[in-house]
Amino acid sequence: MQAENPVPLPSDSRTPATMQPRPKEDVDHLAQLYREMLLIRRVEEESARGYAEGKIGGFLHLYIGQEAVAVGAIAAMKPEDYVVTTYRDHGIALAKGMPPRALMAELFGKATGCSKGLGGSMHMFDKEHNMLGGYGIVGGHIPLAAGVAFASKYRGDGRVTTCFFGDGAVSIGGFHEGVSLAALWKLPIVFVCENNEYSMGTPLSRSLSLEDTSQKALAYGIERDRFFADDVLEVERRFAEAIKRAREESKPTLIEVRTYRYRGHSMSDPAKYRTPAELEEHKKRDSLGRARAGLLEQGMAEARVDALEKSVEAEVADAIKFANESPEPTIDLLESTTYNGPFAY
Amino acid sequence: MARSVRFREALREAMTEEMERDERVFLMGEEVGYYNGAYKVSEGMLDKFGPKRVVDTPIAEAGFTGIGVGAAMVGLRPIIEFMTWNFSAVAFDQILNNAAKLRQMSGGQFDCPIVLRGPNASARQVGSQHSHAMEHMYATIPGLKVIAPAFPADAKGLLKTAIRDDNPVLVMESETLYGVKGDVPDGEHLVDLGKAQIVRPGKDITLVAYSRMTHVALEAAQALEKDGISAEVVDLRSLRPLDENTIVASVEKTHRLVIVHEGWPYGGVGAEITDRVQRLAFDALDGPILRVTTLDVPMPYNAKLEQACMPQADRIVSTVKRLFARGRA
Repeated sequence: MQAENPVPLPSDSRTPATMQPRPKEDVDHLAQLYREMLLIRRVEEESARGYAEGKIGGFLHLYIGQEAVAVGAIAAMKPEDYVVTTYRDHGIALAKGMPPRALMAELFGKATGCSKGLGGSMHMFDKEHNMLGGYGIVGGHIPLAAGVAFASKYRGDGRVTTCFFGDGAVSIGGFHEGVSLAALWKLPIVFVCENNEYSMGTPLSRSLSLEDTSQKALAYGIERDRFFADDVLEVERRFAEAIKRAREESKPTLIEVRTYRYRGHSMSDPAKYRTPAELEEHKKRDSLGRARAGLLEQGMAEARVDALEKSVEAEVADAIKFANESPEPTIDLLESTTYNGPFAY
Repeated sequence: MARSVRFREALREAMTEEMERDERVFLMGEEVGYYNGAYKVSEGMLDKFGPKRVVDTPIAEAGFTGIGVGAAMVGLRPIIEFMTWNFSAVAFDQILNNAAKLRQMSGGQFDCPIVLRGPNASARQVGSQHSHAMEHMYATIPGLKVIAPAFPADAKGLLKTAIRDDNPVLVMESETLYGVKGDVPDGEHLVDLGKAQIVRPGKDITLVAYSRMTHVALEAAQALEKDGISAEVVDLRSLRPLDENTIVASVEKTHRLVIVHEGWPYGGVGAEITDRVQRLAFDALDGPILRVTTLDVPMPYNAKLEQACMPQADRIVSTVKRLFARGRA
């Protein structure tokens, strides 16, 4: 039986697209967000190709379908704010400002990658852009993210940490300990459950007693929110509320963003646990298609949209070329990156 | 000049001095503040530094260890106290996958200057779940440093150095050593990590030990003296980095080696030292390297059985004698 939602959330439904004519700066802003989402999608599509060609090894978890979550959330943050996420981390890294060259080179295992080719797909780090990493153990990064927010509160630096994870993470201890401590100490953090309906191959209905993961906030006495990721502007607006609460009141929020991944859990997953019809249904609500339509409806010329898309293609092509031509890391790098200072043996 | 100070006070002096020196250093753990520490190591520190820097936590080791790792990553220097290292088992993922690997998997972009400390190994009849020697699990992990002082002066000097280190350092203390007194030098006292010390010179056999077992090895050395065997006792102080030079130099002098530690015999620090010495000083050895460890079973509660499981001076003595008997045979 489904537990009843004790606090009804008025906005727990799809919001209508904003289709009124907008001032130019609004159009430019949406164009910027559309560009970022498109960059993520095209980088991910090319990553899949690189994987098929054997240029990328190991695990590869694609962000295709979820772009509006990263782009909307990070649009509501300041550059000095921190993000921490899971192994499905490419989209968040790019949205936070990591250059596609550094990301693609990391995927190709090259020395010019963001983590010098030592981290790979699941471990994208970019200190300059306050991207504090992708982590490979479900839930293990959630207390760590709370620690980053603890440091901000300790120093009074006014920064906010946003911590992303999947619906598969809300059953593991790390989630509960991280949220519990952040709530207890009133840390400036936003916890984001990217509910893409499946933890690997298991639907939420078979992995959780609730349908609404934001209800987990109730047990810790923190604010929550829940919305769809169809409209990137709405994602941005809703995140802005939570980030403001973190920054100005030092209060954590748990947000469930309802989204969907178009690809399998990783490249090795053919996603046989769902029907093609289900996927097609979700694709009708694609946030990129919606943003593009919004731009045209708000008066952006088709030629300008095309030019924007071409510039993304050029940037992605440049990243692939850069990754292909970059050197591999050498073995002497290993000891110096394991310890700061002399190797402890 | 030196003062006679208890082990727990030496640790407190180290933390207090470093917190006075560096605003980024804070102490976090269960009962470290208002309760003044489960073993009174942090007694008075809350009054001195306030709740911002002496932070009581709920019982959530994975949570507050992760908090420490995240805070360290962005520039703070946390000291995380485990009420005992036994409880670090539920935080193992944070230590193994986050603290130890952050620097390497970020390509050297991020450091994790965290100190994790607390009592380790057996206490007195606290049963199988509270008697683990966890250092063996952690010393195997690249990215970590592990220290295990036996005397108050080293406890202070090593902990101060650990707090200033830019890598994760795990400090193995001992509930049964907290009350032990020893001379601690006045003024600034720092001890380098990775340096063993000879706490008793000898010429016939080398006994390598650390933490509380150093005291047991010294007791055994005294007993062996009566039988005409001169034992040199090497106190490791640091397990990773391991001072293999001091061990090898001692073995080259004595030609025999017995390693004493708590914890099980399968793998571990003793097995690691055995590997290094047979590689680095094979020709100096007059016999096999033997180990005196906790017996290969979970720790029993019964007092006599517990004592039988733990390494004792008499077991060290009989092991040494076996080595000499074999040598004569």
